[in-house]
Amino acid sequence: MPGLVLLVLVILVVVWAIASYNGLVTMRNQVLNGWKQIDVQLKRRHDLIPNLVNTVRGAMDFERDTLTSVMEARAKALTATGPADAAQKEGQLSAALGRLLAVAENYPTLKSNENVKMLQEELASTENKVGFARQFYNDIATRFNTRQQVFPMNLFASGLGFKPAELFEVTNAAEREVPTVDLSRK
Amino acid sequence: MNLFEQQAANRRRTWLVMLAFVAFLLLLGFGFDAFFLSQVGGFVPIGSIVALGVGSISALVSYASGDKAVLLSTGAVPIADLLQSASEADALKLRQLDNVVDEMAIAAGLPKPPVYIVPDPDPNAFATGRGPGRSSIAVTRGLLDTLDREELQGVIGHEMSHIRNLDVRLMTIVAALVGGVALLSDWARRGMWWGGGRSRRRGDGEGGGGIAGVVFFAVWIVAIILAPVLAQLLAMMVSRQREYLADASGAELTRNPIGLAHALEKIDEAVAPTRAINRGSAHLCIADPLGRSLNLKEGSWADAFASHPPMAARIAALRAMAFEKRPATSPP
Repeated sequence: MPGLVLLVLVILVVVWAIASYNGLVTMRNQVLNGWKQIDVQLKRRHDLIPNLVNTVRGAMDFERDTLTSVMEARAKALTATGPADAAQKEGQLSAALGRLLAVAENYPTLKSNENVKMLQEELASTENKVGFARQFYNDIATRFNTRQQVFPMNLFASGLGFKPAELFEVTNAAEREVPTVDLSRK
Repeated sequence: MNLFEQQAANRRRTWLVMLAFVAFLLLLGFGFDAFFLSQVGGFVPIGSIVALGVGSISALVSYASGDKAVLLSTGAVPIADLLQSASEADALKLRQLDNVVDEMAIAAGLPKPPVYIVPDPDPNAFATGRGPGRSSIAVTRGLLDTLDREELQGVIGHEMSHIRNLDVRLMTIVAALVGGVALLSDWARRGMWWGGGRSRRRGDGEGGGGIAGVVFFAVWIVAIILAPVLAQLLAMMVSRQREYLADASGAELTRNPIGLAHALEKIDEAVAPTRAINRGSAHLCIADPLGRSLNLKEGSWADAFASHPPMAARIAALRAMAFEKRPATSPP
């Protein structure tokens, strides 16, 4: 009888171990996929920018500085290596795009142009998609990390080759600052 | 309840509804057999076999393509069809909706569902289908015209969480099956004077149509009695907790409860009922398309039988969420 109890216990432990291991593998792949989804959205943004710049170039020719800074930031973002570098350069690109969209508000012909509105919508949406892809990545990465760090999994996780996933963080100090809002011009 | 428990509960309840539907038809079949075999004689339970067959097939068909039936009954049009012939300003709105759905799918980590427009001026929205990858989201023309981007995002986030936790599966099968019975009952009630009058006249003349008449009468009585019961059942299956939950998890997707709160305020202000959406699919919508007064009430009776929570309570809950989530001045 004690032998039977022992056998049942061993089987339970083995089943638990297999289920936990498979669960961690599944989550690790989800985390990897989540990271790739961020790249997909960043690629979309890089493809969209030349279109936007070409559309507004005619009406905004004397804002050449703003336009070139966007194109330069894009070129830099394309050559980024590694997540930390990419995060910083994408942050600069975001800032440059934000300036361009803000300056475009000063041009009534641009504001009423349907093509420009459509492109602005696409750009706003792409910014959102990048943001939501990062949000989703952070959510599943946090779940993955928690699963590894709770007892008793914390005793085995690193032994089985699981490493905590790195969360996406705002590395650019400028992005973390509260934007100043100028209400003088209405 | 976490996401997996919600999904498991919805899978279980979907099976329960399908089994209950088949059992209901089988009961009608037994009744027919008991009557028919005692009158005419014979040993083959035709009624039960036919009822079992019809019940199983319609349950499976409802499971497989209930979303198509729901979309068809509301007259929803795929957004791609509208984009081809849309004016520039309209194309911008449609494109925006499509983008917002894409964004929410990314936030939920799900494949993007196809988007439909229901040609109705009242703001409303629903999701239908079997679950992630096999669902659709439909919004009315009124919703698209009334809401701004942020509010639209709130509504789509709400619908996306219905898809993610498999609420859509249960609600669609309920719409397809119980909606079908409700339709039958409506039809029987309308045919009451015509059917009743004719069978009486036949009864006077000759006894030939007697059995068919009695059978029709029995089905009609059962359908009429059961329709309100089924409507109650439907309301209980899709209790109002579901909407609170979808509001909360929708806000978790957008991280912006105020957007949905504003959207609900605007939807609430538009008092007109959504005519394109009938009784059978009312529980799918973000706001009750019929404007029933029970949905405005609080208390356990209303909690058990109403399909939607009071709008004021939903908005208050979302606003409370926004205040709780106010960013701390310094990170811990």
